[in-house]
Amino acid sequence: MQEGKVLPAAQVNRDLLRSILETPRWFWPVVSLLGMIVLAAAVTIGIMVDRGLGITGLNYKVVWGFFITNFVFWIGISHAGVMLSAILRLAKAEWRRPATRAAEVLTIFSLMTAMIMPIIHTGRPWRILYWAFPYDFARGVWPNIRTPLVWDPSAILTYLTSSTLFVLIALVPDFAVLRDRTTGWPKIVYTMLAMGWEGNPRQWKLQIIAGVLLSALILPVFVSVHSIVSWDFGMAVAIKSWHSTVFAPYFVVGAVHSGVSAVVFAMILLRWAYGWQDYIRHEHIDALGRLLIVVATGWFYFLVMEIIFGIYGLEGDELAVRALQFLPGDHGVAYNVWMIVFVGITYFLPVILWLPKAWRRNLWIMSVACISVNVGMWLERYLLFVPGQANKQFQTFTWNDYLPQWPEALIVGATFAFVSMLMLLFSRVFPLVPLYDIKEGDILKTEMQIGRRTVPATFRED
Amino acid sequence: MAMQGIMGMLRNAMPAASAKHTVLGVFSDAESAATAGDELKSAGIPDTDYDFLTDSPYPEGSLGERDEPHRLYLYPFIGALLGLSSGIMITAMTQVAYPLVTGGKPVLSLPPMAIVCYEGTMLGAILFTVIGIVFESRLPKFDLGLYDNRITQGFLGLRVKAEPEQSREVVQIMNAAGAVDVKTDQ
Repeated sequence: MQEGKVLPAAQVNRDLLRSILETPRWFWPVVSLLGMIVLAAAVTIGIMVDRGLGITGLNYKVVWGFFITNFVFWIGISHAGVMLSAILRLAKAEWRRPATRAAEVLTIFSLMTAMIMPIIHTGRPWRILYWAFPYDFARGVWPNIRTPLVWDPSAILTYLTSSTLFVLIALVPDFAVLRDRTTGWPKIVYTMLAMGWEGNPRQWKLQIIAGVLLSALILPVFVSVHSIVSWDFGMAVAIKSWHSTVFAPYFVVGAVHSGVSAVVFAMILLRWAYGWQDYIRHEHIDALGRLLIVVATGWFYFLVMEIIFGIYGLEGDELAVRALQFLPGDHGVAYNVWMIVFVGITYFLPVILWLPKAWRRNLWIMSVACISVNVGMWLERYLLFVPGQANKQFQTFTWNDYLPQWPEALIVGATFAFVSMLMLLFSRVFPLVPLYDIKEGDILKTEMQIGRRTVPATFRED
Repeated sequence: MAMQGIMGMLRNAMPAASAKHTVLGVFSDAESAATAGDELKSAGIPDTDYDFLTDSPYPEGSLGERDEPHRLYLYPFIGALLGLSSGIMITAMTQVAYPLVTGGKPVLSLPPMAIVCYEGTMLGAILFTVIGIVFESRLPKFDLGLYDNRITQGFLGLRVKAEPEQSREVVQIMNAAGAVDVKTDQ
C-alpha cells in the first residue's frame, strides 16, 4: 500500500500549497463560468419566488419533484466526508490521508447546497423560520415537532455544524504553515486563523485525539442524517412505495455509495488540475475502488429488499406503483426504461469496471464509473419519489404525471456548478490535502526486510 | 473595593513576568533534537521548561518529551448533557405552548422528542469537544514568542526557558547535539 516515495516537508508544502500561492491560468475563467451558471440559477429562483411554483412542473399530484430529488442527492454526496474521514481514521487506514480533507469539504458544500433545495421548494422561503424552528414571539403557533420536516433541519444543521468544526480544527496546523509562507494581508488572516499554533507535543497530541474523538462523535450523526431524510418519505403513510421500514439503512448505504464515488472523481480532478501525482496516487484510487465494490453491493442488496417487500404484501395500491415503475404501459413517462438504466449504471456497469485491478488504476475508467454511479443515484431518488406520487392514492382519484420545466432543470444543473465553484474557491485559500497528515504518513513509513524481499511497512500507534 | 479585588485576582491569575531567557534550537532531524532534549534533562533543566516544535505529529515519546495530561474527555460529556437538556426543553416547551392533541394521545410525543434530543445531544457534545480541543491546546496564543519559520518546513524546534546563567550552557548543548541554528531572545 505504499507506492509513493517519502518527500521532504519543504516539497510537500510547495506542492500542496501551489493552489494557494500560485493561481493557475485556467482558474479564474473556470470560476467565472461556474459563477455565471450560479447567477443564472439565482435569477431563476428570484423569478420562481415572484411568480410562484406554477412555473415549475410540480402539480397537485406530484408535489415533490426535481428539487427534493436534488436535495436527497446532495445530502447523499455529503456522506462521503464522514465515511472516508471518520471511519478510515478510526480504522487507521493509511490510504485515507490525501482524501480526507477534500471529502470533508465536499460534505460541507453539499450540505449547504442540499439545504437550499427544500427552502426554495417551499415557494415562500421566508416562512421557513416559522415552520422549522422554535421561533415565534407573536402568534403563539409553534412548529409541530412530530413531523420529519422538523427533524430534518435539526439533523442537517447538526451535521453541517459538526463537519465544519471538524474541518476547521484539522485546518489549524495547516493555517500555521500558511502563516509562515505568506506575506501581507494573507499572512495577517492566516495568523489569526492559526490562533498561535506552534506544533508542540501537547497540541499534536490533542489534534490526534481530536481527530479520533470527533470522528467517533460525528459517525452517529452521519447515520442519523440520512435516516431522518429517508423518514421524510418513510413516515408518509399515505404514499405507497414510500412507507418502507428499510428506507433508513437503504438511504444511508446509497449515500455512501454516491458520496465516495463523488470523492473519487473529485480526487482525480484535483490530481489532474494541480499536478498532485505524488499525493493522490493510483494506490489510493485502487483502494477506494475496492471499497466501492463492497458499498455498491450492500446498496444493491437493500434495493432488492425494498422492491421485494413492496411487492410481497400484494396490496393493490402498492402493486400499482410497482407496475408503474417496472412494467411498460401507456403512461407518459417510461419509468420502466429509466429503472433499467438506473440499475445498470448504478450497480452493474461500475462494479464490472471496478473488478479488474488494472481498471481500478486507470483514472479514465474510474472517472466513468464514478460519474455513472452519481447519475444513477440521482435517477434512483427520482424514481423512488415521483412514481409513488403519480399513482392514485387514498382520497385522491386522479393519475397525474410530472414533467420538469426549465426553471427546475436550470436550478438543479446549477447546483453542480455551485459545489464545483465552492470547491475551487476553497482550494484557492485553504489546502485541500492535509499537509500535516501527509507529512505524518511520511514519518511513519519505513521498509522491512522479510527473507529476500524488502517490503514497505508503516509504524502505527495504538 | 470590588474593582480592586477583581484586579488583584487577575494579577494573581496571570503568570509573573518571567526572568528566564528563551533559547530556540533548530534541528534538521528528530534524532538530534531528541539528543538535545536528553542533554538538557541531564543538565538539570526540568522538562516543563522545554518544548519540541514540529510541523507534523511524531509518535508519542519519540522525542523524549514529557507526558501531557489533559481533560479533553470531560468536555463532550458536559456538552452532551447541555445539548440533551436543550433538546428536551425545546421539544417539550413547543408542544406544551401549542398543544396538538392527536387521536387522544398525550401531548408530549416521546419518539419525535427523542430524535430532536438526540441531535441536540450530539451537537452539544461536538461543540464542547471543539471548545475543549482549543482550550486544552492552550489556544488561542497571541504571542508566538521565539519561533522559526523553518519549523513548518520540516525542521524541528527545541525551545527552552532557562535561567540567565544557564542559557550559555543550553546554547552549547544545542550546538553539540547538531542544531543547524540556535536563537536566543537576548
